[in-house]
Amino acid sequence: MSSTITSPENKAGSQLRTQHDPDSQMATVHMRTDKPHTEPAEKDATAIVMEDLSSWYGSFQALKSISLNVRKNKVTAFIGPSGCGKSTLLRWINRMNDTIHSARATGNLHLGDLDLLASTTDVVDLRRKVGIVFQKPNPFPKSIFDNVAFGPRLHMKLRRNELLDIVEWSLRKAAVWDEVKDRLHAPALGLSGGQQQRLCIARTIAVGPEVLLMDEPCSALDPGSTLAIEELMNELRDQYTIVIVTHNMQQASRCSDETAFFFEGKLIEMNDTQSIFTNPANQKTEDYISGRFG
Amino acid sequence: MSDIDSQDDSNMSADDAEKPSKDGHIGEQSVSGPGGTPKTSLLEARDPDAFDKPTLITTRSRLAKDFRFRVMCILTACASVLILVFLLGSILGAGIPTLSWTLLTGTPEPEPENAGMWPALMGTLWVCTMCALITLPLGIGTAILIEEFTPRNRIARQVLALIQLNITNLAGVPSVVYGILGLTAFVSMFSLFDNSDNADGPSMEVGAVYYDQFSNVASDPFIDTGDTEAEERYFLFPVETRDAPSTVPKTGMLAYENSEGGLKEVEIIAIDPFADDAPTDADALSRTIDSTSDPGRISEKQWYYLRLPFGRGVVAGALTLMLVILPVIIISTQESLRAVPGTLRAGALGLGATPWQVVWNVTLPSAIPGIMTGSILAMSRAIGETAPILIIAGIVYIRSAPQHLMDDYTVMPLQIYNWTSRPQEEFHNIAAGGIVILLAILLTFNAVAVLIRHRMQNKLN
Ligand SMILES: Nc1ncnc2c1ncn2[C@@H]1O[C@H](COP(=O)(O)OP(=O)(O)O)[C@@H](O)[C@H]1O
Ligand SMILES: [Mg+2]
Repeated sequence: MSSTITSPENKAGSQLRTQHDPDSQMATVHMRTDKPHTEPAEKDATAIVMEDLSSWYGSFQALKSISLNVRKNKVTAFIGPSGCGKSTLLRWINRMNDTIHSARATGNLHLGDLDLLASTTDVVDLRRKVGIVFQKPNPFPKSIFDNVAFGPRLHMKLRRNELLDIVEWSLRKAAVWDEVKDRLHAPALGLSGGQQQRLCIARTIAVGPEVLLMDEPCSALDPGSTLAIEELMNELRDQYTIVIVTHNMQQASRCSDETAFFFEGKLIEMNDTQSIFTNPANQKTEDYISGRFG
Repeated sequence: MSDIDSQDDSNMSADDAEKPSKDGHIGEQSVSGPGGTPKTSLLEARDPDAFDKPTLITTRSRLAKDFRFRVMCILTACASVLILVFLLGSILGAGIPTLSWTLLTGTPEPEPENAGMWPALMGTLWVCTMCALITLPLGIGTAILIEEFTPRNRIARQVLALIQLNITNLAGVPSVVYGILGLTAFVSMFSLFDNSDNADGPSMEVGAVYYDQFSNVASDPFIDTGDTEAEERYFLFPVETRDAPSTVPKTGMLAYENSEGGLKEVEIIAIDPFADDAPTDADALSRTIDSTSDPGRISEKQWYYLRLPFGRGVVAGALTLMLVILPVIIISTQESLRAVPGTLRAGALGLGATPWQVVWNVTLPSAIPGIMTGSILAMSRAIGETAPILIIAGIVYIRSAPQHLMDDYTVMPLQIYNWTSRPQEEFHNIAAGGIVILLAILLTFNAVAVLIRHRMQNKLN
């Protein structure tokens, strides 16, 4: 199942991004803009490797021996009925589960050569590399600008114009710049739900992550905004490894390259999206995607 | 959103044999999330075979009930407002005529028409400012620790839970009890600092300079006229430490004269009280002292003067009031922190913020209006608190505003209490005047706070 754990590109990228010099940060940001990762060598590179990953909340086992690979610069969809552990799995990838006292995990989970489950892993740095977008848009009660600038300000000392550049870059990338450019200093809570969610995506990519985790990013949005986010994901897949949890089968089939189906904490089936939706290997998968349950 | 919930419901129940199965339609009606209470009883009640047709409650009777409840609410609201209006009216009626500049800026005097509450006003200001400076950081910090930095360690969590239980209970303890605690803990400090050579003085001091005072000289060098300040002149001599051997005054010794222009260095003339060679010119006379006089001592204390134990000073009062309001501040801060949505914290954490960055940049800014409201209510309580101050400071006759942190003080409620306990009617009236001043201060305080709070809330949204 596991191929190479270490990908050299990945390592180089993260080293570049961990430099704290503001100028080099800017250089990094622009470099990423200018150079989408489309070289064939990277096509099948693995970003995240899970082996025998199990997870518990107290004595309740939420994940049962999950092994899968998430490929670099692809969109991977996690589908499955509610409570099957999709969010739990997602939250292990950037260790958001650390905030839940009863949560613990065993097995292997690696991002590049970084052991994500090790207690010595610097979670603050990890979350910079692995951004997360939640189901409900959660902009801070601050201005639009301050929302996007929040992450960069946490990690870097930036001059005003550098910050402005990053904010504009992120908002453009998240396809919301045109709608907010005239009111950057207006409260973010005044935006519509879809705009708020794109703002949250902008906020996440502003810190320069490699991986984007999205936990049902569209389920609180209207169809129009959902479409906008899906288009955005298509745009972003060139530069980010995206993992999306969704309840929407059409969404999974439309935007993902690979799909993993979970049921009661177990990985039932993972394959490229095309095959999962046209020709599932497992009966459960077929039942689920054809809407017979869940 | 609700679509997804209902999906969850039906799906969970399909998997879980314990839960009664329900069809999709009822699932959609159900308001509870996954694992909520089953609503099968509703289904049965609607089954026409199982029950007779239910009798409908008429709209009219429901409206009547609504009306009765509304009247009750209005009546209770009116009752409390009426009581307040009556109290305020009678106080304002008695107090406003006695309001005068003297009442505000004067010192407490035996004659009601000259009496004022300046020392009490300043005492309240000193004690409450100190109290706020100590209590707010402490209380808010504790609340942040409990709410935002809950440890992963189970034992540490249980210790915190115990602390929480204590705090909740302490909020209900009568303030007199805190007064007694303050008396032992702060005023006398459990007698830890008592030592035998120095039974009445403090055992540790910083920030005070002492001068030995040889004598009072008036027109007659050997008669201590004492009581009238105008006639007093002090000869002062600085000593290194207060334990230095007492200095016997000698002619030629340098001393400080405490005169109008401040301290002036002069040379002492010491003479035998029974000799008749006393100088006659006024300047020499002012430097002449009785050579047998026993040096007294006067001190000059700075604002940073500190002594242990605290004694009946401003700091002891502030700390005792801290005991009274700390639980209130902690609890109200906790409530405001809890009201900040967890999604905001998760958002900040997900961007790589450290727990402290989350608190400082996200949680605190959102919670500040609530924290301020709680703090203001608590401070208002501190300003009005009488019982603990009565215990630790007692009713003392204070003629001046506190000059330093260890100075004796009195507070407004205590001064008012003092006046109301006098037999003369006039004192009762100026007490009412004092209450009006106290109320005005409280209202100003609250108004300013409400304003700031409003500003902040507007900025957030
Ligand atoms: N904080 C928690 N404490 C205890 N159990 C939890 C917690 N979060 C989730 N669970 C349980 O873990 C299981 C998986 O949850 P989750 O990962 O949220 O599922 P999904 O995202 O697939 O709907 C569920 O049964 C849920 O009840
Ligand atoms: Mg979920």
